[in-house]
Amino acid sequence: MKQGSSVALKVMAGAGFVFLYAPIIALIVYSFNESKLVTVWGGWSLKWYVELFRNEQIMSAAWVSLKIAFISATLASVLGTLAGFVLSRMRKFAGKAMLTGWVTAPLVMPEVITGLSLLLLFVSLENMFGWPAGRGVTTIVIAHTTFCLAYVAVVVQSRLASLDETLEEAAMDLGAKPISLFFLITLPLIAPAIISGWLLSFTLSLDDLVIASFVSGPGNSTLPMVIFSKVRLGVTPEVNALATLMIVTVSIAVIAAIVIMHRQNRFKDTNK
Amino acid sequence: MSAFPNTSTVQTQSVPTWRQKDAKPFVQIEQITKQFGQFTAVNSVSLDIYRNELFCLLGGSGSGKSTLLRMLAGFEEPTSGRILIDGVDMTGIPPWERPVNMMFQSYALFPHLSVEANVAFGLKREGLKSAEVNKRVAEILGMVQLGHLAKRKPHMLSGGQRQRVALARSLVKRPKLLLLDEPLGALDKKLREETQFELMRLQDELGITFIVVTHDQEEAMTLATRIGVMNNGDIVQTAEPHEVYEYPQNRFVAEFIGNVNLFDGTVMDEERDSTTIRSSDIDGLLKVDHGISGAPNQNVSVAIRPEKIRISREPIDLAVNATTGVISDVAYMGSQSIFKVRLNSGKEIRITQPNVSREMGNRLTWEDRVFLSWGADSCVVLVA
Repeated sequence: MKQGSSVALKVMAGAGFVFLYAPIIALIVYSFNESKLVTVWGGWSLKWYVELFRNEQIMSAAWVSLKIAFISATLASVLGTLAGFVLSRMRKFAGKAMLTGWVTAPLVMPEVITGLSLLLLFVSLENMFGWPAGRGVTTIVIAHTTFCLAYVAVVVQSRLASLDETLEEAAMDLGAKPISLFFLITLPLIAPAIISGWLLSFTLSLDDLVIASFVSGPGNSTLPMVIFSKVRLGVTPEVNALATLMIVTVSIAVIAAIVIMHRQNRFKDTNK
Repeated sequence: MSAFPNTSTVQTQSVPTWRQKDAKPFVQIEQITKQFGQFTAVNSVSLDIYRNELFCLLGGSGSGKSTLLRMLAGFEEPTSGRILIDGVDMTGIPPWERPVNMMFQSYALFPHLSVEANVAFGLKREGLKSAEVNKRVAEILGMVQLGHLAKRKPHMLSGGQRQRVALARSLVKRPKLLLLDEPLGALDKKLREETQFELMRLQDELGITFIVVTHDQEEAMTLATRIGVMNNGDIVQTAEPHEVYEYPQNRFVAEFIGNVNLFDGTVMDEERDSTTIRSSDIDGLLKVDHGISGAPNQNVSVAIRPEKIRISREPIDLAVNATTGVISDVAYMGSQSIFKVRLNSGKEIRITQPNVSREMGNRLTWEDRVFLSWGADSCVVLVA
């Protein structure tokens, strides 16, 4: 009976993983396809990767995307850390729960709504103050920072909540003023959370299509936007190669985030 | 590590500071109250602690002892009252400016810093030159015998080693006052005993005033110059260890420290140096060698420690400070035996006897009828 159920469990788990990853594996395999036709196997080849790096439109979009992802992840990390710090360290006050809700709302807000409302904001700001002039990298960075901030805030807040407060008391007791306390004790201890928040933000920004479509301007297409517009004209093996590279990038970032979060647990038990 | 403490300066003085009338207290706690919302954690406590003391705050959980310690360190501001350290009012002075260091119960070692960097942390905040910092870190690590582990991170140390790092870190700044929160709580029995003596040695060598918070009465008895027993936010007795044990001021202290037998009764006769009490718990009268300042016919309790009762099968005069009973339980503990005796009144009392001889033949055992007696100087009348 026990044997049977464990076999059934394995089958179910296998089916789940196939469902999740078969499309991605197919995509990766076909990115090495010699044939020009996406659905016909013509033997192994790297020629679409070579082709990809020669494609200026794709390369420039990739550069724009990486730049945006880097800047917005960094901004989101700084602002998100501050937000997480406030949320976990402020004493209870009226409206604290509401504030927490507001910070994390972008996590569940439909992207279409976020994108649309940001677009409206940017347009009316431009009409009133003349800034931001037009839409492009700046507006995308601002938009991505807003929703990535929420992720960082949540990760940092939960790390701070599990942090032994006597560590900070000990530092104060030994003569550390609040500023040096933050930079010498608190920051190093929550650094893993901030780094993994940064990596998550980076991948979220790199992946985003919907919000970027709303707030980008002409000549500033991000990589997902270029892929999407290309695919509408039919899937090319080149896009498979590009998608494979993106999967690799994102996987590395996510795995790194998980490893970093995991390693911090080792520290946690030191004073128990 | 020396097995026995050096004779401390405190002990060799003919009269300890706290018994001198005109001595100036080092730490003055004046009418301190701390409330958390509706809950009063510390209730108008006043306490004077003198230089070079090793003062123990002893109490159960929730007695307010840790809150009092945290107010000394500056982590909590008192709701009312004030604290003076070396004559300086500490009100409004943040923890990083107080001449006080604390050793935390959890040790609170910085997990991302090595042993060396943990210990150096406080010195660097003072802005000392790195040569001076290194010298003092090496010195204190040598003192706690951890020089060889200086480069390790805290998670690579055993519990006892962490405890010594925490101690070194709190001592290295040479504070005027060291606060220790359950310093031995996390150690096993053997290590505790060694560390107790080690603490006493360090305290003596460095001439720092220690305030130790503990729930362990044995620890308090061994370490302390004086003990402040706390209950529900109040200090219920402040006295030297032997006084706390031999002359408890109230039922709580008598029952909290060690084991005690309590007989309830009413005062029959009271003179300046003796009190006679009738108790329905025992056969004879109770006679105590000290007066109490109370009304006649007052209800009181008489406390007698288990080791101060003589137990024998030989009949004795039962008129005063004596009674009979039947042994209901015996526990052989090696160095001593514990007897539970059921008195005629139905009350069960506890008696401990040292096992002075190896002879088993004539030993008292279950269902033996025994005669119990004690001296007038072995019991204490408790009014509260």
